[in-house]
Amino acid sequence: MTPETQAVLQLLQRHEQQILDEWLQEAGSASARLSDASRRAMRGEAEEILRGVRDALQAGGDPDGFQSPAWSAVRHSLEGLSRSRAAQGQSAGDTSAFVLAFKRPLFSVIQKEMGTDAARQMAVVWAVTTLVDRMAQWTVSTYQQTREEIIKRQQQDLLELSTPVIKLFEGVLAVPMIGTLDSSRTQVVMETLLQRIVDTGSRLAIIDITGVPTVDTLVAQHLLKTVAAIRLMGAECIISGIRPQIAQTIVHLGIDLQGIASKSSLADALELAMEQQGFTITRTR
Amino acid sequence: MNRIPILQMGSTLLVTIQVDMQDQMALALQDDLANKVSATGAKGVLIDISALEIVDSFVGRMLASISGISRILDATTVVVGMQPAVAITLVELGLSLEGVRTALNVERGMELLQKSRKEKPLAR
Amino acid sequence: MPAEDSAGSQPLRSEEDIVASRQKVRALTQQLKFSLVDQTKMITAASELSRNTVVHGGGGSMRWELLDDGVRRGLRLHFEDQGPGIADVKLALTDGWTSGTGMGLGLPGSKRLVNEFELQSVPGQGTRVSITRWK
Repeated sequence: MTPETQAVLQLLQRHEQQILDEWLQEAGSASARLSDASRRAMRGEAEEILRGVRDALQAGGDPDGFQSPAWSAVRHSLEGLSRSRAAQGQSAGDTSAFVLAFKRPLFSVIQKEMGTDAARQMAVVWAVTTLVDRMAQWTVSTYQQTREEIIKRQQQDLLELSTPVIKLFEGVLAVPMIGTLDSSRTQVVMETLLQRIVDTGSRLAIIDITGVPTVDTLVAQHLLKTVAAIRLMGAECIISGIRPQIAQTIVHLGIDLQGIASKSSLADALELAMEQQGFTITRTR
Repeated sequence: MNRIPILQMGSTLLVTIQVDMQDQMALALQDDLANKVSATGAKGVLIDISALEIVDSFVGRMLASISGISRILDATTVVVGMQPAVAITLVELGLSLEGVRTALNVERGMELLQKSRKEKPLAR
Repeated sequence: MPAEDSAGSQPLRSEEDIVASRQKVRALTQQLKFSLVDQTKMITAASELSRNTVVHGGGGSMRWELLDDGVRRGLRLHFEDQGPGIADVKLALTDGWTSGTGMGLGLPGSKRLVNEFELQSVPGQGTRVSITRWK
């Protein structure tokens, strides 16, 4: 522990309440817009962070080594703060502003206790600035991470929405694939389709690729994997919607469809499916 | 070491695998099934793996072996209840379980066994 | 807040150890909240590699590490033995998805189940296979 961090630790121990009150004031908790619950929550957050910093300093934490284990509790608190603010829709600026507001009350107690010793004051102020800046930086990067997680989740939802699994009739499911088939897309389709097969007890899945623009070796591999998984579980598969160009590509690339039934149109696939399942359609009117 | 119990229902043997098996246990099952098929003259073997969350290459090969051995002993094997995550993983692993018949559940499995009994050709 | 173990190791000397390694990896992937399919893939890969260590490596250990690079979390497993080593690493890693036969060491298959795969082997000295899955 350096003399500076020692000094900061002592200040935190001696003036905890005052520092907290001033911090919250600086952070705008006195604002009439906040509800009592929000104000209490804010106070709780500040307390947790302050105590975390105090404990970290006690354990010999160095503000320059913010990634070290000594600071892990503080990092966790900051992450929690950042995540909850991000979820509430607040900006990264607001969240880091809250953390940065910690500086002023610390500066004012430093002034009070060391007002006469300019050199020492400078050193301690520097230690505080380093620490709080690191804390604010951590908040911002967590914030960004949270936003990215939200975006990823939304992308996932979009993926699932864009590959609906339709029950055509008893025992037959259809999946119209639309758009490029990449590995994450195939993954989602596979999982959703397989689960639906189990849930509905379907015997047959028709995968329609009319909406898939290109089929290269990679796409074909994804398709084949999907079919293999379906068969492993004990159901069968028909691929439909194969355009002539795609049929040509498949032959040219030497892709072996491994005995999978394929039909050029969904209608033909439907007919085959019904035949296989033992259904016939009779016109009654 | 516990052995996995094999139930007999008419001319079908039923096995439900519910534990994370040690390799030896899987081999013991293979042994026991071969012996029992032979001893009872069973025509069908139904293996329920709906409780198995992990099927690695060892278990996969065991299932394929049982399938092959039973066929030689004139019985058909059906593996039922494979979980989607397991199917996806097996495909990625590259294990095709060639020659192993599968069905979605016990009911379908039994249907399959009935059907295969009726249509059994003399030579394969 | 109590610190969770972020690393550890366990022996791979017997069949029971293979089962134990599956259980440990399950616990770790659940702790990291991996999706069910990703859990299954990681546990299955671990099972393959654990078995290699026990059966072909003469016994060894599995070391695990929880990863956190600030952006994402992950799990890294190291399977180490002081066994005979792999003479032809390139051959052992030959990929051939459509063949599906001759599992041998199961290395190319396991490689497909994870995000990162590293193999170090010196004949006569031992082998280390490291696999990583990110959330």
